[in-house]
Amino acid sequence: MSRLEVTSTAKAERTARTLYDSLSRRISASPVGNCPVELTSAFLKLCLAQSCGKCVPCRVGLDRLSALVDGLLDGKGSRKTLDVIESTARAIADSSDCAIGFEAAKLVLDGMAAFRDDYISHLEKGRCTANFASVPCTVECPAHVDIPAYIALTGEGRYADAIRVIRKDNPFPAVCGLVCEHPCEHHCRRSTVDSAVNIRGLKRYAIDNAGVVPAPECAPATGKTVAVIGGGPAGLTAAYYLALMGHKVTVYEQRTRLGGMLRYGIPLYRLPDEYLDADIDVILSLGIEVKLGVKIGRDITLDELRRDYDSVYISIGAHADKKLRIDGEDADGVISAVELLGGIGDRQIPDFTGKNVVIVGGGNVAMDVTRTSMRLGAKSVKCLYRRRIEDMTALPEEIEGAIAEGCEIIPLMAPSYVAVENGKVKGLVVKPQVIGSYNRGRPMPYNANRPEITVDCDIIIVAIGQAIESKHFAESGAPLAWDQIDATKSGAVPGLDGVFSGGDCVSGPSTVIKAIEAGKVAAANIDEYLGFHTEIKLDVEVPVATYKFKPACGRVNNSEREADERKHDFALMEKPMTEEEAMQECSRCLRCDHYGCATLKGGRVNKW
Amino acid sequence: MVKLIIDGISVEAAEGTTILNAARSVGINIPTLCYFDKINDIGACRVCVCEIKGSDKLAAACNTVVSEGIEVYTNSPRVRAARKINVELILSTHNCDCVACVRSGNCALQTIANDLNIRTVHYENKPARNDWDETLPLQRDASKCISCMRCVNVCDRLQGLSVWEVNGSGSRAKVTVRDGLGISEAGCAFCGQCITHCPTGALTARDDTDIVFDAIEDADTVTIMQIAPAVRSAWADSLGIDAAIATEKRMVAAAKALGVDYVFDTDFAADLTIMEEASELIERLTKGSGAMPMFTSCCPGWVRFMRYNYPELAENLSSAKSPQQMFGAIAKTYFAEKMGIDPARICCISVMPCSSKKYECDVPEINATAKDVDVVITTRELARMLKANHVNVATLEETEFDSPLGTGSGAGVIFGATGGVMEAALRTAYNMLTGTNPDADAFKVVRGKSGIREAEVSVNGTTLRAAVVSGLANARELLDSIKSGKASYDFVEVMACPGGCAGGGGQPITDGVELASERSKKLYVLDSKSTLRFSHENPEIKALYESYLEKPLSHKAHELLHTDHKNWTL
Repeated sequence: MSRLEVTSTAKAERTARTLYDSLSRRISASPVGNCPVELTSAFLKLCLAQSCGKCVPCRVGLDRLSALVDGLLDGKGSRKTLDVIESTARAIADSSDCAIGFEAAKLVLDGMAAFRDDYISHLEKGRCTANFASVPCTVECPAHVDIPAYIALTGEGRYADAIRVIRKDNPFPAVCGLVCEHPCEHHCRRSTVDSAVNIRGLKRYAIDNAGVVPAPECAPATGKTVAVIGGGPAGLTAAYYLALMGHKVTVYEQRTRLGGMLRYGIPLYRLPDEYLDADIDVILSLGIEVKLGVKIGRDITLDELRRDYDSVYISIGAHADKKLRIDGEDADGVISAVELLGGIGDRQIPDFTGKNVVIVGGGNVAMDVTRTSMRLGAKSVKCLYRRRIEDMTALPEEIEGAIAEGCEIIPLMAPSYVAVENGKVKGLVVKPQVIGSYNRGRPMPYNANRPEITVDCDIIIVAIGQAIESKHFAESGAPLAWDQIDATKSGAVPGLDGVFSGGDCVSGPSTVIKAIEAGKVAAANIDEYLGFHTEIKLDVEVPVATYKFKPACGRVNNSEREADERKHDFALMEKPMTEEEAMQECSRCLRCDHYGCATLKGGRVNKW
Repeated sequence: MVKLIIDGISVEAAEGTTILNAARSVGINIPTLCYFDKINDIGACRVCVCEIKGSDKLAAACNTVVSEGIEVYTNSPRVRAARKINVELILSTHNCDCVACVRSGNCALQTIANDLNIRTVHYENKPARNDWDETLPLQRDASKCISCMRCVNVCDRLQGLSVWEVNGSGSRAKVTVRDGLGISEAGCAFCGQCITHCPTGALTARDDTDIVFDAIEDADTVTIMQIAPAVRSAWADSLGIDAAIATEKRMVAAAKALGVDYVFDTDFAADLTIMEEASELIERLTKGSGAMPMFTSCCPGWVRFMRYNYPELAENLSSAKSPQQMFGAIAKTYFAEKMGIDPARICCISVMPCSSKKYECDVPEINATAKDVDVVITTRELARMLKANHVNVATLEETEFDSPLGTGSGAGVIFGATGGVMEAALRTAYNMLTGTNPDADAFKVVRGKSGIREAEVSVNGTTLRAAVVSGLANARELLDSIKSGKASYDFVEVMACPGGCAGGGGQPITDGVELASERSKKLYVLDSKSTLRFSHENPEIKALYESYLEKPLSHKAHELLHTDHKNWTL
């Protein structure tokens, strides 16, 4: 026997590791609408398998807890059982020796708090309150686009039909092909095999190859009129579907061009005008009237619109900036992200040549202005964030892209004040931070026991969120929650009959696909409000799922133009898939609209 | 066309054909369990799995379409192993108490288990717990449910009611009544289509045969049995006798062999219904005495459906009672008086192709007497009683129905097929309006298989717009188009079961097959061969009006033969 040995991983252990990897992919692809109590029971068994068996609470407690939960699922027990489950879990959480035990118990406690109704329903009615959703991507897409259908159509080269399928639920296929945050991919069942299908990339491939696909015919004119305030994604989506339903729509836009944040918030290198205009052209082809440069509350009031139209939709977005509220913020050289990107949308392109630029913020907008600053010729670009890089809400690929282009991300720095000289920015003084304990699911930073640092710079861009200019609407009677319009889930604005609202001005700054969802929901409910029930439907025959051998196969990611080249211009950064890449990617789709519970619960919604 | 090879045989199939149907086209029968043509193709049981050469996994033949050049093996060792294990797994969830099961001998699960030579189940038997109100016409034994989901899809796709749903996930996913409701609150029509499409004994109609046996044995009770038109098209399906022997008259003989005192024909009551309903239609048409269009009301499944889903249209239902109920009312009044029998001593038994009739006879508001119809048994229960009594049907002499409630016209017989009530009513309405008979087949345009049929018939220069619907999903479609103004009719016949009573929820079950159309043909043959083709010419009906009811829609007729469906307890 040697005194010490170099560890080598045994085959069984290696296989176990692979199983864990596979399991974690599987968990990440968990179907939507599973029974949460069943899931708790399963997690408990997994936790028990991880237990070493030394300590009582973990070894015995988790097993008994699991039996109690299982019994409850089988209709055994009473309200008392719920108390026993809860007190047992608390005791395990309190007294386990290591994290394997106490984290397992915490899972049960958190679950009981979150799905208590479901526990009670199982207990008293023998029923689960959850509703197993059939097609994960379609369910996760806020607009519920029929994704398996358009992937199948794209795979057959029927690109125009693919676009028609998308437009049934989302009139911005070109925009979303480039900038959608693709929540559809989060629970893609393909992840249980290897990794999610590149859904957004395929949408772009279809758009790039479809040519101009005209809008469908509008329903006969109803004689009803709707005013849409704000020509962003929510407003234009509502306008598109309302026009298809036969209503006469007028869009009021305070700026000089339509598009809202798509035009004034997303940089051109991510969303060139021709893509945005392609979608807007089709939307406007339905005969929607547009009034540019009209601001509600200044040029015309909400009350006047309510008088002149049968219904009004408020979708003004979130276009005001948020301040850091630190000394020196009013100095020359401090600008907001909204101001910079909005100006570029109107083709007022500043020159940052030779300037040192500092950005404050950690979201996608912060990355947009960081990378825009580089393209404006800045000598140096530094993005400061008060948490760690992994805590940034920006997409990882945006952060990596910025770094590749030569931008610097400096984490764990909180702005203290702006150093000003002759009224101009000289630098940003920051306090170093230490990442600390969790609050509401995120670790909170606190001031480090280190001196402040000055980051020299000429320009500071504040990208810490946007505010909503909702004052006029509040004065007209719209209820607010903070600065957001407090509309119901149907989009109706309580107290203002016939007025609906949605998008960023209701939800706070969010994604384009959430705004599209809001517009779609509003269109349906405005149509009902006007006394109609005109359905949006589609007659595209979707290729039937045929049996195909689908072994594990790597996901094709869209590549980007080389950093050195792209950082100098505003041309589209992302490269399309090649035909062979797109066809392979299409073939990776597992057709959850046919396989699994879709055949039972309906894999396709042809109308809404 | 797509070319493929199945078990070494070259097959050509149209694009979109399933492997299952492609195989069947060359005589290869791939076993199925959950599959039901056009209703359930969800690939849940995995019994029909096949091997496709070069594939990593097996594919369900029922919902995998053919692709060019594939080589399919329907019975490879891999397939056989998976198929057998899947059936064993299903058996482990099933209450395998076959000897005491009503579907023993006619159970798709039993058949496949036997076919696959399963002699041992390697898994613990863990059927679901049963929990059901045994007084309801529709019975469900959860311990026999194999979650094939046929009932879910039948109720959803065929009947548009979605009474059943799947709740829960994983091993606890189970078929339940929708939204956690009890079946009585879920808007169930009690049509029984879920029963006739269930592969096992999970869904059944309440068994009332003991009540009938007891009545027959009770010396003080006079038992009167009426037999519905559609029953004669299927009564012997499970008796293993030749179709040529299974005649209408031998059915009468079989019923008599059970020991009932009188065997009468519901066709007689169907003729009576036509007299009242046709008169009502003419009154509504000519005097505007009621809401239009007028809907037939002889199907209780349809009445329940309408009351739950379109209560505002309930006044459009004809107030005429169904033949079953008219028969009961006449038997306990006219017949009882005529024969000098105390109606309290009469047990009125009806044999129906229907499970909803068990509900109808118990509607408190329907009775003109203490209880017009005492007990309803289905066609299946009649067969079970014959078997239980060891009646050797094949050797029985053909017998006529008893009189005076035993004569039915051909118009009464076709009540059992979709369109039959309409056609019978038109024959008599024509006579009532013109004083002459039309050609008996003048209105055959309303016959057919499709779920919604429309016809315009001209009587005396007036055009009558008629529609015939069967299946409640179709009824919903038609009612919606009437409500939205897209369609307009004078007279509408609705039957809850696709194909009408011939395909009723009380009819014998042959797994995987819809027999309504074939059975209806038998009824139309009986009509065409009948010497009596018009309800108003039925001599027993004439005698009933002359000596008792006076005329259609008379005060007495209203008292005995009409009801207000709007007030029915659901």
